[in-house]
Amino acid sequence: MPDGPAVPAWYTALADAVAAGEGTYLECESCGAVALPPRTLCPSCGESTLVERPLSETATVASFTEIHVTIPAFHGTTPYTVVVAAFDEGVRLTGRLRGEGPVAIGDAVALGVAERDDGRPLLTFEPVAADG
Amino acid sequence: MPVRIAGVASTEFGRHPDSSSRELFSDAATAAFEDAAVTAADVDALYFGNFMGDVVENQGHMGALMADAVGAREAASVRVESACASGGAAVRAATHAVDAGVHDVVLVGGTEMMYTVGTEAITDALANAADNEYENQVGLTFPGIYGVMARAYMAEFDATREDLAAVSVKNHANGVDNPIAQFHEEITVDEVLESKPIASPLGLLDCCPISDGASVVVLVDDEYAREAGLDAPVAIRGSGQSSDAIALQDRADLARTPAAERAATEAYAGSGIEPTEIDVCEVHDCFTIAEIMALEALGLYEYGDGVRGAVEGETALDGRVPVNTSGGLLAKGHPVGVTGVEQIVELTKQLEGRHPNQVADPEVAVAHNVGGSGASAVVHVLGRA
Repeated sequence: MPDGPAVPAWYTALADAVAAGEGTYLECESCGAVALPPRTLCPSCGESTLVERPLSETATVASFTEIHVTIPAFHGTTPYTVVVAAFDEGVRLTGRLRGEGPVAIGDAVALGVAERDDGRPLLTFEPVAADG
Repeated sequence: MPVRIAGVASTEFGRHPDSSSRELFSDAATAAFEDAAVTAADVDALYFGNFMGDVVENQGHMGALMADAVGAREAASVRVESACASGGAAVRAATHAVDAGVHDVVLVGGTEMMYTVGTEAITDALANAADNEYENQVGLTFPGIYGVMARAYMAEFDATREDLAAVSVKNHANGVDNPIAQFHEEITVDEVLESKPIASPLGLLDCCPISDGASVVVLVDDEYAREAGLDAPVAIRGSGQSSDAIALQDRADLARTPAAERAATEAYAGSGIEPTEIDVCEVHDCFTIAEIMALEALGLYEYGDGVRGAVEGETALDGRVPVNTSGGLLAKGHPVGVTGVEQIVELTKQLEGRHPNQVADPEVAVAHNVGGSGASAVVHVLGRA
């Protein structure tokens, strides 16, 4: 695995929080917009009134793609699927599909963290049973 | 805007394994100087579009390098980088400099070398146009981002892979007669559907190729053109640019490109035109789905109707509004930092009546150039004036 730039501290903190079931997002107390870290200023209104809120542990698949040609960091690991999932709070996150089987838009998925071969954290989504 | 296009030129797009950015840029500039009837000594400034020189050629500071390479060593030079919209952003900056009266003769151009480093390495370099932590590091490649957009679009509007493929079929047909195009072969819908999977639902023929190339446009002040007796019938009539969240996940919608809409609205307002007046377009079809979203962003179609352009022949050479008569990025090729400049080259030739796929008497032309998956968008309106 080729070495890339170091993982920024904010991303390590985000992954650690998700792994502990304590993921958060940001909400603007001025305009109500939602966003993801790291930010000081609201991307919608520009005010410095962002506060951390707890993020749900499950989300809904908004779209996805199966990757067949990848970058050197993931050489030899294709095909794999990447999911963009929407949380009830209004933010979306992008993560690697975990587990077997197909996924579809509208499926419920649980946010998690895995460890990549190079030791970096990898955000994941795992399908959850409809009755679960 | 009193900004005229005095001359244009592009190298062939494709593989140039024995060349380099400085050589390709010099080739294009030499031809553009001849086309414009100006010399390097006349050049006041260079705006140079390039995205990946640092990664592919270990070369930064390319503005000064390229000014020197074309005999304009003392010209004010700058490299403009906005991913795949670097070229369009360079055109816009150059246009503003002439419009403001700062410069009389400005060279705007770009180069990109992409072939030499191999597919995975260039996929890695292209991924720098996306959000590294939130997108690249979970393995979402650049084609993958457009795969996500394509699937969202298809689900929302009941579009099919065949609808997307029609864009590639049309643009490959247009590439056949364009001497600079990377591909000169017609393809079929079935060939697109059966092409090697890249990032579902997109196959290889839904994707633009990896390309080397260079383009140059010579912009001149209106009064300067008259006094110097330059033949420059085409003017830049309007320019617009806008940005959006770089990560697709942070956008309001996965199947729309509002930054391009805002850029178009600004460019149309500046030029006083309506979308109904557009005679010919070059749009940023880095992937088939991208042309469909471009048509909607430009106001040529309602959301969900953009598929009709290629499927029903309305954007073909003999259609209502021909789109990507050059072959587009899909067939002509996409040296990424060059594309926004090359679109101006193609449209200038259309407006001057000397394009290899000439449409009948165009008066108004629009260039639509996008960086990343829509985080940067630049639109220009050109016309005979």
